[in-house]
Amino acid sequence: MKQTVSISGAAHTDRIHDSAIKHVTGEADYTDDIPLPAGALHAYLGVSDVAHATLKGIDLSEVLKAPGVVGVLTADDVPGINDISPTGLHDEPVFPTDAIQFHGQPLFAVVAETREAARRAAELAKVNYEVLPHALDPVSAQNAGYPHVTAPLKLERGDVEPALDAATNRIKGRMEVGGQDHMYLEGHIAAAIPGEDDDIVVHCSTQHPSEAQHMVAHVMGVPSNAVVVNVRRMGGGFGGKESQMNLFCAVAAMAAKKWNRAVKIRPDRDQDMTATGKRHDFVIDYDVAFDDAGRIQAVDGIFAARCGFSADLSGPVTDRALFHADNAYFYPNVRLNSRPMKTNTVSNTAFRGFGGPQGVIAAERIIEEIAYATGQDPLDVRKANFYGGKGRDVTPYHQEVEDNILDRLVEELEETSAYRKRREEIIAYNKTSPVLKKGIALTPVKFGISFTATWYNQAGALVHVYNDGSIHLNHGGTEMGQGLNTKVAQVVAEAFQVDFERIKITKTTTEKVPNTSATAASSGTDLNGMAALNAVEQIKERLVAFAAEKWDIDANDVEFLPNQVRVGNEVLPFDTFIKEAYMARVQLSAAGFYKTPKIHWDRTKGQGRPFYYFAYGAACSEVTIDTLTGEYRIERTDILHDVGHSLNPVLDKGQVEGAFIQGMGWLTTEELWWDDAGRLRTHAPSTYKIPLASDRPREFNVKLADWSENRELTIKRSKAVGEPPFMLGISVFEALSMAVASVADYQTCPRLEAPATPERVLMAVSRLKVEG
Amino acid sequence: MAQRSDIRFVLNGKDVSVGNVRADQTLLDYIRLDRRLTGTKEGCAEGDCGACTVLVGRLAEDGLSYIPVNACIRFLASVDGCHVVTVEHLSGPGGRLHPVQQAMVEHHGTQCGFCTPGFVMSLYALWMAVPEPTETQVETALQGNLCRCTGYEPIIKAAVAVSQYGSPTADYLNTERDAITARLKALQGGVRVVTGPADNLCILPSDVDDFAECLLEYPEATIVAGATDVGLWVTKFLRNIGPAIFIGHLNGLKSVSKQGDSLVIGAGASYTECQDLMAEHLPHLGPYWDRIAGWQVRNMGTIGGNIANGSPIGDTPPVLIALGAEITLRRGATRRNLLLQDYFIDYGKQDRQPGEFVESIHVPLPQAGDLNAAYKISKRRDEDISSVAVGINVTVIDGVITGCRIAFGGMAATPKRAIQAEQALIGRVWSQQVFEAAAAALSGDFAPLTDWRASSDYRMLSAQNLLRRFYLEHDAATTAPIQLASA
Repeated sequence: MKQTVSISGAAHTDRIHDSAIKHVTGEADYTDDIPLPAGALHAYLGVSDVAHATLKGIDLSEVLKAPGVVGVLTADDVPGINDISPTGLHDEPVFPTDAIQFHGQPLFAVVAETREAARRAAELAKVNYEVLPHALDPVSAQNAGYPHVTAPLKLERGDVEPALDAATNRIKGRMEVGGQDHMYLEGHIAAAIPGEDDDIVVHCSTQHPSEAQHMVAHVMGVPSNAVVVNVRRMGGGFGGKESQMNLFCAVAAMAAKKWNRAVKIRPDRDQDMTATGKRHDFVIDYDVAFDDAGRIQAVDGIFAARCGFSADLSGPVTDRALFHADNAYFYPNVRLNSRPMKTNTVSNTAFRGFGGPQGVIAAERIIEEIAYATGQDPLDVRKANFYGGKGRDVTPYHQEVEDNILDRLVEELEETSAYRKRREEIIAYNKTSPVLKKGIALTPVKFGISFTATWYNQAGALVHVYNDGSIHLNHGGTEMGQGLNTKVAQVVAEAFQVDFERIKITKTTTEKVPNTSATAASSGTDLNGMAALNAVEQIKERLVAFAAEKWDIDANDVEFLPNQVRVGNEVLPFDTFIKEAYMARVQLSAAGFYKTPKIHWDRTKGQGRPFYYFAYGAACSEVTIDTLTGEYRIERTDILHDVGHSLNPVLDKGQVEGAFIQGMGWLTTEELWWDDAGRLRTHAPSTYKIPLASDRPREFNVKLADWSENRELTIKRSKAVGEPPFMLGISVFEALSMAVASVADYQTCPRLEAPATPERVLMAVSRLKVEG
Repeated sequence: MAQRSDIRFVLNGKDVSVGNVRADQTLLDYIRLDRRLTGTKEGCAEGDCGACTVLVGRLAEDGLSYIPVNACIRFLASVDGCHVVTVEHLSGPGGRLHPVQQAMVEHHGTQCGFCTPGFVMSLYALWMAVPEPTETQVETALQGNLCRCTGYEPIIKAAVAVSQYGSPTADYLNTERDAITARLKALQGGVRVVTGPADNLCILPSDVDDFAECLLEYPEATIVAGATDVGLWVTKFLRNIGPAIFIGHLNGLKSVSKQGDSLVIGAGASYTECQDLMAEHLPHLGPYWDRIAGWQVRNMGTIGGNIANGSPIGDTPPVLIALGAEITLRRGATRRNLLLQDYFIDYGKQDRQPGEFVESIHVPLPQAGDLNAAYKISKRRDEDISSVAVGINVTVIDGVITGCRIAFGGMAATPKRAIQAEQALIGRVWSQQVFEAAAAALSGDFAPLTDWRASSDYRMLSAQNLLRRFYLEHDAATTAPIQLASA
């Protein structure tokens, strides 16, 4: 039979986000929109107003007298273990017992009839403490002798000292890179509903339902099987809801069980930003040796991070900074050390790129240093140092780079963006323009895909085919806007050859798929798509066996056609075929599973293959700065990004565009500012400025490298897309740097610090004008 | 005087009456909690993210007009007599998508979807006002809407394309305009509204004279006009604002006109309501005006409020002081006029007596020889509070600077004139040297603070450079562009 029709929502086609219509009508439910049972209570956190102190006691009598208050929760109310540290280091209490470790640290919770009553009452506590000296940033923490929050990592290959000592050229420098708040539009929220026995159901907005489940169980002192965590969707996550929701889930669960009523907790934006972690700020010391042509001979780097008071995910975050400190460049001799510093600030956490961007930007600073020292176009220095063939293909962690496509990708972008021509024009323009100066930069990214915690690289899915032919799809990943559910459903639609509309994508719940990993590390589709496919294949195998037997045909004569199944010479509608299978007692449900092959990692040795593959991309940005005020504008950005064989090009493009703008925000207007008392003063959109529509490049050309295919056997040969394009924003930062450099005739590396706010740009301009 | 004690309005086409409304009851909580219209979201509760955007239709002098506002900092009492439209009201029969919604879906303008209803509402308002907007118009309309997922590109494309999916003339708010107008007219009783508990009393005067009387009765009352500042006192600082007198509905405070050589602006006129007149007569304020907050806040916030609350970083005082603006203060039937620059006494202290209110602002128009500029520097170009703002008015006659007013915001505890810099210019021949001298003199005028917006050094250096910018922009010898293009 000739195939004339195709299914809707097939793999590799553009398909709207499965919730798009609900988004625009306002019908998409977020946790705060879920109706709660009658009698529901509301919890709110009471926090510290000092950065570091010995906690002597908390007088909550006025809190308890406040109108509407039902009670309070303190460390004494924790029925199980007073700890929510995601890596099991036992360094992060729900509520502290004897030490205040940062300004804004949650100390207790108020539970009241309304959220407003709880919020007002939380202000009435009298906290008795003895102030201790504090250290807010990694440098002062090191000076004060603060410890690491977790074991540091060292990556080493070759012989660094001799190579540095013998260097033709050698530059040492320091770079400060700021952190970033996630500024998901939907803040943290959890709603817990008590059940019989130890049971509790928690609706929340987490990227990691299994961890929330395990944490609630741990805090409540009950087995994991008593706790159900549900997530329909998040209003943005970006890493900020990987571990940070645990606190809110634990508090809601404790209160729900204590009063046997449903309890919801939702901090306001200020508390969300002050009490939950962010991207790590880094101070990076580098020492680089290079030849006269600009080829790197050796790199020695120390990456000190503001981790905050506890480890949280700082171990893997600072590890990933080292994993990406090479970006796309081969370092013949290299030594990289992390310094995950304890500080008296909120404990920093995952954020899109997970330390990788801070590594990549250090590599790009090194490239800049070499370019200005040798008087070359930075792009030439970049290309001269790209990973190459044998002998130039091993990373600092001893993984071979087997899939490098940067030569082709960068060349293509260089052409389509007319980089060389525009750079010449810009240099000419700058000579005649005294106030406004332009800059242009083309920067690459190579990003390693897989959790570096190897055991996280597993996933499960549950697929039911009901006897009416409708399909229920559930997997362990969570939907935060990235379109994961859409893509996984496309995989299922394609495998069954049924229309997308036949598939119902349901909320993520720990009841259906256990022991899931966080939807993080860009891995959502890679892992859950494969797990779902595995489930479908199990069902299909049974269906084929059934058909072969029933129609007495060869298994090869059973074919899934669009919304139909061919059995020998007969073609049945999918529904009819399924009904037949059901009547024949075929199991129409399967749990799928997947684990990423090939990867292994020995952290002690600093060697292995932590990444299954790499994703690549490049961006070319042009900016204009005002040398009187430091204000700037992004004139144009061209992007060429590699997502392998895209499962859904339009959604992938959306990820690339959004990630670029977010990366640009990190390096431009998004500034975290603590005062001397350790109080974060940029704690809401009024003071913390993420990009607006008018900040995006005046001309924005985004393309996927449609010729790329993953050489590894990933889901339909696609590649992960969540994080890698975030680092394309670095092109804006580098372009700003070039514009600054113009005021000293490109003789000096501007050593711009991040974020390059108008203030930092103007101050760098002033410095270069003086220093030349 | 006749009174009523409930707030009456139309919500998504249905009449509503709410009794015992507290002064601090926000529109957003009412919509989400009391009415369970959960499409409207809370993202920041401070009027910055736009996730809570709804339309408010209000009968002004020239008829019914709908504007997007932030429901999070808008108080319920302030929608008395209005038509409130939420995202739930957009879809047609059988769930048919509205043209704005259709455009957003087809251009992939949503990812996580949390900001989406707010974007839909802003774009809805834009499409009704400007059916086929340019990208720049879209960007201006979306200054008050944050999206963290998409990077905005698909939203802009959707916004530009909305008219391909339908015409505003067929839209419900236009087809029902006369009927809604009639219903809103019926709600206007010319009576004072007093509602809410004694400790959180809420008063809506019947007209401006009644407002003056109310304020004599409650001299310590919080005056609430656009609530773009007072709203935050409640949502962020949990302050009790009662008793509160709401004046946003008083058309008598909203008139804007040219009278002789001055513009006279009612203190209750929103930034949007006086934008056209300002831009027409004071063209240097056109681009500056577009950088005051976002669209929703410009639709709510008033110049009177911007002045009266005495913030050192308000956007309008520096540029108005530079123009020599005066204000009229009224207490009961007594009025007095004051130079705006003299209204600001110290941080948090203004020359306003209990029972007194700012009634109008008088802005003298520039004369021959006047050169004017208004500059604002902020971390982010749009919808940000200034690090430094300045209004500059320099009179040059026959090459000599004969008069000069330079007023800065963000440089001191109040909006303040740069007297020493002015002295360095007055009586001198226009030249780069005198502006260099003025720039140097600024360090005698100000010792700015360091905070999260800017350091003291940056504030000083950029303030000095803004004087240099002014010189370059107005000097005949300048050929190369001096400022980044605004769009």
